[in-house]
Amino acid sequence: MGNGTRLGRVRGLGSAQHGSQHWLQQRLTALGNILLVTWFVVSMFRLQPTGYAEVHRWASNPTVGFALILLVISVFWHLRLGLQVLIEDYVHGEATRLLALVLLNFYAIGGAAYGIFAIVRIALAPAAGIAPGGM
Amino acid sequence: MAVSILHRASGDGLAIVGALMFLWWLGAIASGPEAYAAFIACVWRDPSPEISTFHQVTNILGKVVVIGLTWAFFQHLFSGLRHLVLDTGAGYELKTNKLWSALVIIGGIAATAAIWLYIFAEALNG
Repeated sequence: MGNGTRLGRVRGLGSAQHGSQHWLQQRLTALGNILLVTWFVVSMFRLQPTGYAEVHRWASNPTVGFALILLVISVFWHLRLGLQVLIEDYVHGEATRLLALVLLNFYAIGGAAYGIFAIVRIALAPAAGIAPGGM
Repeated sequence: MAVSILHRASGDGLAIVGALMFLWWLGAIASGPEAYAAFIACVWRDPSPEISTFHQVTNILGKVVVIGLTWAFFQHLFSGLRHLVLDTGAGYELKTNKLWSALVIIGGIAATAAIWLYIFAEALNG
């Protein structure tokens, strides 16, 4: 193993052993998305969500809320993996790439947390007797 | 080639624009009737008699984005299914591959057109 060029330093070490995990997780969340996002698109088509009352009645149903949480997890996990590949392909330079990957993780985890929290608020606000509030 | 780059473009569009629209929509439902009405007035149709120039623009932009996201969803779904088939090692023969690529693109456009023509026809008929 050399220690001169960057290629020389890594030659012979093999892969980082994370590739197959990324590949598999992308496929598993893809299967989840096929079911969950198709269900969501069909629901939106049937609901035509321009009126608050029908949308709220639909979203506060416990089964719908549960499926929406699964959808958020599957979608944000999948988009994190997909955007990671985009960054790795197009963002060059170690510092900018690292920064982009950090921002991606903030976006994916923060977005999923915001979505799940909103779903829980929709589902639990009537039970707790609280009027919906701003956020 | 074309299907591959469309898979990435539609996926990234859904990941950024689609996911943010979805979170905005969820947050609006959670925040109550007024917030939801404001969301719809911005991205779809402002029911007030005097529509501001800003909402005139965002109403058109919103429809373009939502219809675009519908297309991105079907395009990404169909080419994703194609990838799952290719993962099994099937469909690499040149003719088969070309046929499935063409069907993915036609299917994405056809499904989007069918859904939105139905919705707009229904809206026109009251």
